[in-house]
Amino acid sequence: MSSNGIKGQVAIVGMSCTRFGERFEVGLDELLQEACTEVCESAGVDLADIDAFWFGTAQSAMSGIGLARAIGVGDKPITRLENFCATGSEALRNAAYAVASGAYDVAMAIGGEKVKDGGYQGLNAAPIPGDGTERSLTAAAMYSMLAPAYAEKYGVDLGEMKRVLARIASKNHANGALNPKAQFRKEMSVEKLCAMPNVAGMLSIFDCAGVADGAAAAIVVRAEDASKYTDHPLYIDALSFVAGDGSGLLDPAYDYTTFPEIVRCAADAYAQAGITDPRHELALAEVHDCFTPTELVLMEDLGFAERGTAWKEIQAGSFDRDGDLPVNPDGGLKSFGHPVGASGLRMHYEVWLQLRGEAGERQVDRSRGKALVHNLGGYPGEMVSFVSILRAG
Amino acid sequence: MNGILSYGTYVPRGRLDRSQIKEVARTGGGKGTRSVASFDEDTTTMGVQAARRALSGLETSTLPSALWFATADPTYLDKTNATAIHAALGLDPRVQAADFGGAVRSGIAAFSAAVHTDRTTLVVAADMRTGLPGSAEESFGGDAAAALIFGSGPVIAELIGEASATAEFTDRWRAPGDPTSKYWEERFGETQYIPMAQVAWSEALESAGISTEEIDHVVVTGPHARAARGFVTRATLADRIIDDLADSVGWTGAASPGLLLSRALEAASADQVIAVVSMADGVDIMVFRTTDALPEFRSSAPGLAELGATASLSYGTYLAWRGMLPVQPPNRPEPARVSAAASARNRSRKFTFGGRSDVHGRITTFTIDRLVYSPSPPVIFAVVDFEDGSRTAVELTDVDEDDVGIGDIVEMTFRRLSTADGIHNYFWKARPLQ
Repeated sequence: MSSNGIKGQVAIVGMSCTRFGERFEVGLDELLQEACTEVCESAGVDLADIDAFWFGTAQSAMSGIGLARAIGVGDKPITRLENFCATGSEALRNAAYAVASGAYDVAMAIGGEKVKDGGYQGLNAAPIPGDGTERSLTAAAMYSMLAPAYAEKYGVDLGEMKRVLARIASKNHANGALNPKAQFRKEMSVEKLCAMPNVAGMLSIFDCAGVADGAAAAIVVRAEDASKYTDHPLYIDALSFVAGDGSGLLDPAYDYTTFPEIVRCAADAYAQAGITDPRHELALAEVHDCFTPTELVLMEDLGFAERGTAWKEIQAGSFDRDGDLPVNPDGGLKSFGHPVGASGLRMHYEVWLQLRGEAGERQVDRSRGKALVHNLGGYPGEMVSFVSILRAG
Repeated sequence: MNGILSYGTYVPRGRLDRSQIKEVARTGGGKGTRSVASFDEDTTTMGVQAARRALSGLETSTLPSALWFATADPTYLDKTNATAIHAALGLDPRVQAADFGGAVRSGIAAFSAAVHTDRTTLVVAADMRTGLPGSAEESFGGDAAAALIFGSGPVIAELIGEASATAEFTDRWRAPGDPTSKYWEERFGETQYIPMAQVAWSEALESAGISTEEIDHVVVTGPHARAARGFVTRATLADRIIDDLADSVGWTGAASPGLLLSRALEAASADQVIAVVSMADGVDIMVFRTTDALPEFRSSAPGLAELGATASLSYGTYLAWRGMLPVQPPNRPEPARVSAAASARNRSRKFTFGGRSDVHGRITTFTIDRLVYSPSPPVIFAVVDFEDGSRTAVELTDVDEDDVGIGDIVEMTFRRLSTADGIHNYFWKARPLQ
């Protein structure tokens, strides 16, 4: 895979994130307004200073007009985009390329989703007319197939596996408990999590990301302009994206213990950023913990743990907030829920706070100065993957 | 005139113990069990299963040039149901597929018509018998399908005599869409059916040029059980009667003559006479003589009329599956209407599973989804590696969640996945190898 990347060429100079949760009192417009106002304050700019917008929403609005109407901007280029659950990160990636190319000086990436207006459990994709032969499982059930496959491959007893998954959820809940923007702010013990009834394979509801409304935004400029806006920008050292061809679903060699799209995506990002030892070069990572076994597999696919060892590292606390490499110090999808268009930007927002030393009670050791964001969409065997590397200015 | 080239039956796995009915409905029920089509089956899908069996016994050089489907419980009206069976069997587009619809009598009438054509004809008859809770038809009825292939060449049985009688009388009736038929008091039907059957029986024997003594096996079937029994007694046929499966499967309506004739062909030796007597809105009698080809046919294609595995079913599940006890589904969107254009474009994948419907597979991994919408939760879903080296993730059916295991061998079965806006979504599921 060949990509040139735009290492060091673009800086994030402002970020915002709304409180995520059951925001029944507001619509998408208000969520976008909130994210937009705060991100402009963060970067010290007026809305009029933004040259172009990339607006991510999976299914809460159609077209750029959804954002234009919400924030009262009628004369600017606004691109609405969707790329499964990586939609928010995709907005950032495209806005970054826009300023890097010189086409615009100041661009906004903004994402929002109003999931709770749907009235159903979980996330439900709008149906595309088809022949009725498409798989119709819930995402929870698709990801549940990872757990027994991983357990069998690496000789982990299923009871032990249940505790490993609960340990991931417990860590993320503990982090989320300290985050005023998170949806769920209660600590959950491993024992309590293990006692929950299964809803999909060996997963309980507490192995799944919550369902929430929310919005988040970033303002990007070319690196040389960053100092005009802030003394502490975040430089983008890598932006990588892979859209799989779905062949994992049909490939008898695929064993449900890894996501090949993510392995490729991470390798590209590390090459762009010049990272050779992510476990020891990164101060933190925000990863797509849509289900607890996803985070388990990600630790190995992203190179944070050797194959077959992540389950032990998780239990040893390696990815706790005070561990060797803190993962999801903001609480992750587990604590935030997953408003699809916003989640990728919410992950970057935590990196923004952490690398600038603004994460308060959740602050991790930021001396390594770099962080990774990983955001995925789709299912095992059929997935899109995003990885970015960010560096403190 | 055509003879019989092959046969196949399909009786769904579910069995309802009739004693359960009275506990709930406070009336009805009885002894023994009846067969119950699963929530994802209908007369079309059961017809496909029976036809697959019948075709498996056929030389490829004698593939049918017509497919006729008879049922009293058609899945669609106006639109032909036989076309979905045609598609699922992967038959040539030049094969005509048409329905004999609406009435129980259409099953045997299609056999009779197929005998009198000169082209190879696959006749599929299927039925699902429903009635209100506690009704006689609920416990007396059963669900099944049968398929017979008529043609020339190496026939296993040839028609040697036949007779019919028709009379208009109302022993039972049902408005389209109603879940149950209504019945006139029983004695009236008996007085109509028995004399007609006796006359037709004499005529059938005469046309075959044989006497009652020369009959080796006889099938007697009809909606009026008492009339059927009365005829058997009067014609002194009780010692040669083929078990009508009333105690285990129930009376299977339009499928019954084909189901029981197939059972007779499974039981008969070469050069034996089998009579089929159907007493539905008149009387139809077909008299066959088996040929020397029958024993060899049976040894090369064994078990085409076997009843297969069974699983007992609670009355609550039965009522839920028939829509008489609506159950709260998971709080997820119901499936969307299937695109007619996409279904037509992807006909091969959708209806013949890409030509792999007869390939067996092994469960590589599986999961149980209690969150997803299903007419009968939970959904059991498996990643299956097939013998031909391919892999597909498919829904499992005809299996209990506690009985699924990695490494289990599965076969494909044609099912109705869902229904939206009145369009039925047919596709294949996997089930444990029978």
